[in-house]
Parts: sequence; C-alpha cells; structure tokens
Amino acid sequence: MTYVLNLTINGAAQAIALDDPRVTLLDLLRERLHLTGAKKGCDRGQCGACTVLVDGRRINSCLTLAVSLDGVEITTIEGLAEGETLHPVQQAFIEHDGFQCGFCTPGQIMSAVGLIGEGQAGTDPERIREGMSGNICRCGAYHGIVEAVLDAQATFQDGVKRKTA
Amino acid sequence: MPDTLPFPPRMGSNAGQPLSRRDGPLKVTGAATFAADNHPEGMLYAVPATAAIARGRVTGMNVAAARAHPGVVEVYTPANRPPLMHDPDEKLGLFGMRMEALQNDSVRYAGQPIAFVVAETLEAATEGAALLAPEYAAEPARVTAETGERYTPERVGFGGPLSVGAGDIEAGLAAAAHRLETRFETPDQYHNAMEPHALVAQWDGDKLTLDTPNQAIVMACGLFAAYFGIPAENIHLRSPFLGGGFGSKAVPTGAQILTILAARELGRPVKLALTRQQMFGPVGHRARTWQTLRMGLDGAGKLTALHHHSTGATSSFDDFIEPAAAASRTLYASPAILTTHDGIRLDTGTPGAMRAPGEASGSAALEVAIDEAAEVCGMNPLAFRLANYAEVEPITGKPYSSKALRECYEAGAKAFGWASRPLAPRQMRDEAGMLTGWGMGTAVFHCPMFPASAEAVIRADGTAVIRTSGADMGQGAWTALAQIGAAALGLDPDQVEFESGHSHLPDAGVAGGSGHTASAGQALHNAGEDAVARLAELASTDPASPLYGTGNAGVLARRGRLYARDDESRSESYAEILARAGKPQVEGTGKGARDPASAETYALQAHGAVFAEVKVDPELGQMRVSRMIGAFAAGRIINPKLARSQYLGGMIWGLSFALHEEAIHDRRTGRIVNADFAGYHVPVNADVPEMEAIMIHEDDPHVNVLGVKGVGEIGITGSVGAVANAIWHATGFRPHRFPVRIEDVLPSLS
Amino acid sequence: MKSFDYIRPASIAEAIAAAAEPGTAYLAAGTNLLDLMKGGASRPDRLVDITRLPGLDGVDRLDDGAMRIGTMVRNADLAHDPAFARAYPVVAEALLSGASAQLRNAATVGGNLMQKTRCSYFADPAAACNRRSPGAGCDARQGENRSHAILGWSENCIATHPSDFCVPLAALGAVVEIAGPAGSREVALEDFHLLPDETPERETALERGELVTAIRLPPDAAGFAAHSRYMKLRERTSFAFALVSAAAFLKVEDGIITEARLALGGVAARPWRSKVAEELLKGAALERRTFAEAATAALAEARPSGDNAVKIELARRISIRALLLAAAGTPSRLPALPGSPLSSQYGDLANA
Ligand SMILES: Cc1cc2nc3c(=O)[nH]c(=O)nc-3n(C[C@H](O)[C@H](O)[C@H](O)COP(=O)(O)OP(=O)(O)OC[C@H]3O[C@@H](n4cnc5c(N)ncnc54)[C@H](O)[C@@H]3O)c2cc1C
Ligand code: SF4
Ligand code: FES
Ligand code: FES
Repeated sequence: MTYVLNLTINGAAQAIALDDPRVTLLDLLRERLHLTGAKKGCDRGQCGACTVLVDGRRINSCLTLAVSLDGVEITTIEGLAEGETLHPVQQAFIEHDGFQCGFCTPGQIMSAVGLIGEGQAGTDPERIREGMSGNICRCGAYHGIVEAVLDAQATFQDGVKRKTA
Repeated sequence: MPDTLPFPPRMGSNAGQPLSRRDGPLKVTGAATFAADNHPEGMLYAVPATAAIARGRVTGMNVAAARAHPGVVEVYTPANRPPLMHDPDEKLGLFGMRMEALQNDSVRYAGQPIAFVVAETLEAATEGAALLAPEYAAEPARVTAETGERYTPERVGFGGPLSVGAGDIEAGLAAAAHRLETRFETPDQYHNAMEPHALVAQWDGDKLTLDTPNQAIVMACGLFAAYFGIPAENIHLRSPFLGGGFGSKAVPTGAQILTILAARELGRPVKLALTRQQMFGPVGHRARTWQTLRMGLDGAGKLTALHHHSTGATSSFDDFIEPAAAASRTLYASPAILTTHDGIRLDTGTPGAMRAPGEASGSAALEVAIDEAAEVCGMNPLAFRLANYAEVEPITGKPYSSKALRECYEAGAKAFGWASRPLAPRQMRDEAGMLTGWGMGTAVFHCPMFPASAEAVIRADGTAVIRTSGADMGQGAWTALAQIGAAALGLDPDQVEFESGHSHLPDAGVAGGSGHTASAGQALHNAGEDAVARLAELASTDPASPLYGTGNAGVLARRGRLYARDDESRSESYAEILARAGKPQVEGTGKGARDPASAETYALQAHGAVFAEVKVDPELGQMRVSRMIGAFAAGRIINPKLARSQYLGGMIWGLSFALHEEAIHDRRTGRIVNADFAGYHVPVNADVPEMEAIMIHEDDPHVNVLGVKGVGEIGITGSVGAVANAIWHATGFRPHRFPVRIEDVLPSLS
Repeated sequence: MKSFDYIRPASIAEAIAAAAEPGTAYLAAGTNLLDLMKGGASRPDRLVDITRLPGLDGVDRLDDGAMRIGTMVRNADLAHDPAFARAYPVVAEALLSGASAQLRNAATVGGNLMQKTRCSYFADPAAACNRRSPGAGCDARQGENRSHAILGWSENCIATHPSDFCVPLAALGAVVEIAGPAGSREVALEDFHLLPDETPERETALERGELVTAIRLPPDAAGFAAHSRYMKLRERTSFAFALVSAAAFLKVEDGIITEARLALGGVAARPWRSKVAEELLKGAALERRTFAEAATAALAEARPSGDNAVKIELARRISIRALLLAAAGTPSRLPALPGSPLSSQYGDLANA
C-alpha cells in the first residue's frame, strides 16, 4: 500500500509517496529525500542528533513515523540559512566553537532554534543547559554551545527591537 | 587570548591565531558530508545481525524468513559468505585486530556480528536481520574478574613493555615513614563517537571507493585492500569528516569488510551504518582495570617508593591490555618506581585505544592515590605534588624537552582560588546547603609522532594548495593544519586551498595519540618551506628579479612576497616570480616524523593541572561538578580557540569517567544491559558547569620543529582524579571505583 | 521493525473499532511505541493513529472545578499552559523533569501514562520477561536490577513504571477517562497501572481496544499550589529517568497541615501513593520529624527485589525532601533544573 503525504519541507510543498509505513521522519529525510543534515546518533530519542522542527517545534525525527505527519511543515538544518546568509544561531555556533566533529551540530542548532522560540530559558545559562540537555555532544562542546545560544538569542532580540522601534 | 608563541619571522602571522574552523560553515548548514550521508545510485542497505550470547555457537538461523521479507536481497551467514583474501582471525600490522567476518559459527562476545542482511531499504534490512531469530549452543559467559582467565600478556597497549621501573621498591617501602596500599577499579567504557561507524562501498572493476570515517586514511587502505587481494592504491577512501573517533575508527571491523564484500558480490553500492547498540562490542572499548598502588613516604612527604600494578581485561581471542600503570612512570619523583601489568581474558569484544589509553585509567587511580598520600602526610594536595615534583623524568633520568607544570599548578590554583581550601574534608557548604569539595589532579600525556608526508604547491596567481590525507574528527585539522601550511608558505590561510580527508593524497599518518597536528603539521610545514625554497631559487638566480643573488636562505616569505632578509625594500610577489619564470607553479614536498635523537635525549610529555569543585546533596547523594579549571602546557598552540575546545572536551571526558560512564554486563548472559545512550550515560549539557582551560606558554625547541606537543587527550588525565578528590573533600568518602555512584557516597552522608 | 498496517481513523468510534482486533496498538507520538518496535520488544500488526482524532487536545476547567486534559495534549504544552501550571505547579515540574525538550514537545498525556517499563530485559527480545511473554520467566530477578522495584513487586516481575507525570497525578487522585467498545468508563489513576502479581503482562486496567481519552483532576486536587514539590533523584543532572522520585502536596493553615498528599515514583509498577503517610501528616506541624515519620510509614512495606536496597533509603529521603520543600513553599518560578535536588535551596530547609 502506498501512502501519500503532503509535507512542506524547508518552505517547499511536496507530495511524497511512501511505500512503507515503517519509515521514520529521519529516514525519510536522509534516505529518501537525501536531506542528510539531520543525523542519526541513536535512532531512539536519546541523543537529539536528529532534531528538526515540525510546525516550528523541535522534535526527535527518529521517533516520529513519517506517515503520521501528513500536512505539517518541516524545517531542517538545510532550511535555516537564507541563501548565503547564515541564521544567527549558525553564525554563533561558528564564533563560539560550539562544535568539534560537527556530527551533533545540526541537531544542536535546530534544538537551539526551538529553544529560543519556546522562550522559556531567557538568558540564564542554567536554563539553557537544561533546555539543551536533549542533545548529547560526545566531543564535549557544551561550553561553546551555551555561549552560542546566549549570543544568538541576544542577536535575535536586538533584531526584534530594531524592527519594532 | 592566551599567550601563544610567535612563529619564526619567515612565516606569516596566522599560526597561533584563534581562527574559527574553516569547515564551520559546512558543519552548521548540514552540508558537511559524513560517510552515511552518501547515496550512490542503486545503493543497498546492510544490517548485521548480532549475537545474544557471549560464548558458544550459533546452531541455527531462520534464513528463509529473512530472505522472504520483501526487499531483502541477500543474507550472508558463515555458510555462504564468499571467501576473503585475508583471514579475519589473523592480525594485520601493528594496529590490526582480530575481527568477526562470518568466518565460522562461533560466538566470542555478545554483540558480535553473526549474519549480514542486505536489502533495498533500511527498513527491510533491519527487519530481515530481526527475522533470523538465531538459536545457540551457549557456554557460560565469563564477564567478571572471578570467572575470567588470568594471564601474563607479552605486551601492553600497542607493543609496550609489561614492566618498567627503577630503584628498589621493597627497600623504599621499608625505609618509609608511612606506607599506603590502595586499590582501584575502572569500568568498561565505550567510545560512542556521536557518529556510529558507517561505510558506503562502491566497486568499479577492481577499483573500490569507500566512504567511511577513518583516523588513519592511507594505512586503512592497505588493511582493507588485504582482505580483497587488491593493491592499496585501488582503494579511494574518503573521510572528509569523522563524527568523532576517539581511537575507535582507525582499523577495519568485520561489518565493514562484509559491506565491501556484499557490494562486490551484488554488483551494487552498499551502505552500512551501525546502530548505537552495535557500537557496544565490535568496535573496541576501554576495558576494565583493577589497579593497586603501593607507596612509601618519608617524614617530609616525599615518595620513597611507588609501585603501580594494573590488571587489564581483554577478550578471549585477542590482546589489548590497557597500559594503565604507565601513568606512574613520568609524573612524580621517587627513588624507586615500578609499573607492572597483567591481564584477564573475558568474553567481551577486544578492547582498544580510547581517548588517552593508559593514562586515563591510570591517572584516575594515581591521582586519587596521591591525594590519599597527601592526607596521610597531613599535607595540602598541591603542596604534596610540588614536594614530589619530577625535575627530570624519574625512571630514565632524562631531562624534559620542556615542562611548565609548575606554572600550570600556579595558574590553575590561582584562577580556582585553591589557596582558601580547608585541609580537612566536609568543611564547606554552599549557600543552598550542598556539601562542597575541591579537588585537583595532575594531567600528563606523552607526545607521539607518526610518519607523515605532505605537498605544497604555489600557483601562478600567488595562491597555494597544500595536500595531505589528514583526518579531522573534531580536533580541527582542517583549520590548524591549514594554518601551519599557510604560515610556512608565507600566505594567509584564505589564500591556501587545503586538500585533505581522502586517500589519494600524501599519507598524513594516524590521527591519534594527540600526534596529528605535530606529525601532519610538520610535514606540511616542511612542504611549505620546500616550495618557498624553490621559489626563492627561481628569484635569486634570475638577474631580472630584485632578489637576484640573495640565495634561498637569504629570503623571508611573508604575505605572498619574498623579501631579502637583510634589505626588505627588495621584494617580489610569488606571482611575479612565477610569471617571469614562465612556470605555472612550484611544488614542494615534506615529511614529518619524530627525530630519534630528541626522543633519545629528552622526555617528551605535555602536562597540566586540573581543579574541580563538586557539590553533593547532603542527604540524597546526588553529585554535580560545579566548576572546573584546567591549566595546560602542551608546547606551541597553533590555534587557541580549537585547543581550548580540545581541553574542555577532554575535561568533560574526565568528568564523565568519574561520574557517569560504565557498561554493565549481565553476569549470566554476558550481554551489556545498558547498551544505548539512555542507559550508558555520558554527560548532557546540564552536567557541564562553568569550565575554563588556561593555556600556559611553553617554548619547546626539542619536541619537533614546530614545538607542538598535542592537546587532544591530556584533558582527561588529571580530571578524573580532580573530580574524585573533590568528592572526598566534600563528603569524606574516598572513591576507589569508577564511576562514583550515589550509593557509594551515601554511607558518608547524614 | 515488523511491517504493519497503518490506519488513520476519523473518529474515536472508528479508532475503537479498528483497534478491536488483536495485535493492534494505538499510535500517539510514538516516542515509546516506536522505540520498543525498533528494539523488537513490541511487534504490532496494525497501528491506529490517534494523533488526528478530534476533541482530544483540550485543557479545560470543568464547571465543578475539575480539570480535564485531553489525551493528545503534548507534555510540553501542558507544562507551559500558564493557567494549568499556576494551579498545578507540581504536575508541570514533574513533566518538565522528564525526558528532553524534544521528547516533551511530542509526547502525549495518554502516551506518558501508557509508557512501558524501562526494565532493560523487557526491552531486549533475547531476554526472558514475563511481562513481554507470559510464563517466560524474569531475567531481571537475578540480573542487573539496581533500579528495579522496592514496592508492590512479585516474583514474576520486579519492574517499575517510569513516568514522572503520573506521580503527582496519583497523589492528586486523578481519574482516567476511557472510551471502548463497551462505551465509556473511568478508572482512578491509582488503580490504572496494575501490580504484577501473577499476571505482569496485564499492565493497565485497559481492555483490548479501549482508548484513554482524557485525564481528569478532581475538584479537590486544587488548593495545593502554594505548598507542593516534585523531587527526582537521577544519575545525570538532566535527561535521565528517576532512580526514585516523590511528589508532595500540603495544605497549610497556621503552620498546621490540614491535608497532605504524597506519592513516590520509580519504586513500583505504578506510581505509589501513600495514604498512610498522608494520614500521619494531616493535623501535624511543619516539622522535619513529622516528615521523616511519614516517609518511613510510606516505605514500611518496602523490600529490595534485588541489588537495590539502597533505593528504600533513597525513597525515604527524597520523600522527606519533597515534603520539606513543599512546606517551605512552592517557588514562584519553576527552578532552572525542574525536580532536581541540585536546584533546591536546601539551606532554608535545614531549619524548616
Ligand atoms: C530517551 C527517553 C527518555 C525519556 N525520559 C523520560 C523521563 O525521564 N520521564 C518520563 O516520565 N518519561 C520519559 N520518557 C518517556 C516518554 O515520556 C514517553 O515516551 C512518552 O510520554 C510517550 O508518549 P507518546 O505520545 O509518544 O506515546 P506512544 O509512544 O505513542 O505510545 C505509548 C504507548 O501508549 C499507548 N497509547 C498511547 N496513547 C494512548 C491512548 N490514548 N489510549 C490507549 N493507549 C495509548 C500506545 O499504544 C503505546 O503502547 C522518555 C522517553 C525517551 C525515549
Ligand atoms: S522485571 Fe518484569 S519487565 Fe523486567 S524482565 Fe522481569 S518480568 Fe520482564
Ligand atoms: S537519532 Fe534521534 S535522538 Fe538520537
Ligand atoms: S561536535 Fe562532535 S558530538 Fe558534538
């Protein structure tokens, strides 16, 4: 049986024919759509490397069945930058060396974008650490990650202030 | 920015600068291609089935059910596995390990590959493997010290001696005012790089393209080639990025060999990506140790004897004994030092090198033991370490090529506020009432080099390309090596293209042992200098050049121009020199390797001092590291931004060793019961506190031409002890087993 | 993962009809179900996707003062619902102490309630497990069991229920609303998860095809907002299941406890409410001694099921801590590390 899914991925609407309901969102992105930015670190919701935004919320794409997502909007790491202009979170990760091997990085960045959007952590490093704890970094780049989130968040807020001023 | 060494004047100014990673934009946009991101046309998926017993035989598998599953293309078992040109049970080379590639039906550890399913989709291959439902004739698993077989190995680590020492231990103990004997246990730890091992194999006739993360790209080609009877040059191994290696990604493993074999048999590209669970067994680990330290101390708190014995676990079928006692060879002065090892065989996968092999486990024990000794002598742990400071390497008597450990102690202690530490434990509480303790540990790591080679080409437009097969697993090779190459070429890194990360390039050696920057860096440095020399040759022999007659030693290379050393008003750009010579480019080559003379004359070690603050809930025993400062002296720092990340990452590994990591085997079946990231804890962001790494200036003219020691592993050493000693200082409980758990500290609490 | 049929019903009635056949599982966010399917511990033939069913995602105050939470409400949305979090701060804290932000964004109320034990032998199809395959035996009993049950276990199964969310729910007397082939019914949350006894495979009170539609907090669950806390002991600062946890609720008048609720997590196959402890606390002053007595009473029946005697002491201590912190007053803002002793101001309490 074939299931047809209508998904908007990084802004582009797509109708996707899926011949197997077992396919997770992560495997759909990586193996069938060749959007390999999201990574598979555990396939069990335990590491966060597969984090993407579904309707603006960060989730683990490895524990989400693609068939159940008909009609949603998905943002992956590939959809974050505007052309050559990096998203402030991406820029901040580079500046603060918020990664080493880079394998957890797409997940960390999508999680950070989600975290900032949730608006719960503010500028308290402890709340940022807690809010980013669903993303394991085996290289141990946590220090830079927290600095990057703080910095990117400030950039955002500046941007918002300038716009509303 | 921390103090860094200026390069010699002929080099550009970029080395030593905190440049951001050159591969950063690729990594933050998802465009960096890791092995499993590749999708050649027509690709199949491979999934190994793994053993659920730790010893015995596979007596049956439902191959028919697996084959019948829609999408399954082939099922390999020992019954139909096509021949290999090299026996998987024969070791290849210094780093080779015995592996399982379906050579027979025996099982020697849980998690061993016992069959191999290839299918059109990942979903089908995965279910095909599950449908095999193997049956076994199991024998009792031997996964504890009591059931394992004790033996005396021939070597430890990669060919190291079993026993090293000098002086008379028993005499030292007899003469001591205080004697101390203390025992430690460290657990099985698994590398668990974020990127599980992966490989995409594509054949084209007898040519093979491999996308696989690898820490020793050119060497690995030789190893892979041996199994297929093809010349190493026929393999193009691409490993532009490794999602972490930590020692586990240097040599081929069975499942990788089977993937290549399947691709050849089926005539289609095949992809393998291990699951997280499959990372616990066939790809190496840091094995358990049981360590004993015996120390004698005189009335002034000086060591009179230090005997460090470590029993290391290995598999039933291969040898890798953690050289843990080696940690005691070089750190503290004592008239008698003895470091000895023996082994236990267990039904586990074969262990291997994992970030700071030897030193991590060994210094965990040593640094706690040293604190115990300080306690016996009633001394501050820092004062005790200074009292036993080794001015020359203890066993050999060699001078250190450089050793700014005293400065590390001083800077770390000052930044941490160590001076106000009360001597006795259980003296400090924070404002929330948590028991608070401060501990320290000394960090040490040797600085190996591996043979490496490189090329540098200066092009007609004055830019350059440098080439070496280097591997960036996060340490920053793409950036730091380019900085070294650019500096040697007298160019800005932006003007230098860096080709790296695949095997059709000069061999960059092994990215391991913290030796990659030194080794591949030296090769690039020499290649750059060679290219500049050739350019200088052109200019100084050309009467039309302002540099005519300078001779190639008489020039400086800076910002794309050569200058006369004694008269900088005479200069010419690279492009001008090449244009006039009518040459499209000049090429230089270079090699890197340890100078045997310096190794003979000097003790080559990097050092550091780590200070940690730990909070312990006074009733519940929950522990958290709240502050950690490390000060490290590791020769010249090529890029302080990247080096800091390496140090911090290492310190987090130390924290993890002290408080989190442990693979737990079921005693009966030998299966690891916590083989995933939910059960095998590594620190999450909330576990990692305020942390700082201080870089101590160290000018080392002997270690190699660059003065580079290595920063990748030293951060772990010292950190385990610092955290454990802080737990003692908070609670009065002295850890002797890692990781320290709530139930361990509980009896010491109210 | 075994192949399955995927069904997306348009109504609750259709869902229930589709789930009548054996081998069917409801699919909510899938964060637990898919995990088990990938590991092979769960191999359903048919998934009935309930994520689009209408009318299951409300958080509503009912006329009688009860609070109804639809089964499809996401864990994060409930915890961050300002009105809900103000009225039931401990429920929010328990939710936020669980899993990770990503998982909470997906996980549903019903899925959290229905999640399976984290016993590693349950998750490993090669291990013997009575809960997974009745009569197979229990590998945990003589195996690695330091995190297993200390209350309500039997020789047949020593697993615990891992939910944080359910712990305060049990204490507050929540009711599970169920729709099924035979109509609708309700079960007290306390009775919803079954103790193993002879039939560990019977995990909850749900019959085949029944669907959890909502959880309801009764009117008398309100009124504890000023004095309540959830405390969770973990082996990592965040993103770890509880070794033990406790939810404590007090109503206090003039320094005297007029009503108390106490439930423990990570100790049994169900969230463990202790009415004995609650009775002891009622009418008592806010004193550490009373809290210690109540905690001791709550664990009077506890016994180790393996290498886990320490959990009894830890459960006692975490109960005291939760009570002390509840007595000190619910913080005006959730602490940075929800549920963590590491963010609590222990110093204030030593004298409470
Ligand atoms: C890595 C990790 C860490 C975690 N840590 C924690 C933690 O610390 N604390 C904690 O409490 N939880 C934790 N969880 C568990 C998590 O809370 C659950 O996975 C989640 O709540 C399940 O919700 P779901 O919607 O995804 O359920 P699903 O996975 O969709 O379903 C779970 C089960 O419930 C059944 N089901 C779902 N909805 C209904 C319904 N309405 N009626 C009848 N049956 C239904 C399904 O058939 C299935 O059997 C963790 C999970 C993971 C993966
Ligand atoms: S404790 Fe229960 S769930 Fe765990 S193995 Fe035993 S029967 Fe199965
Ligand atoms: S891959 Fe999804 S959480 Fe690890
Ligand atoms: S950067 Fe390597 S795992 Fe995070």
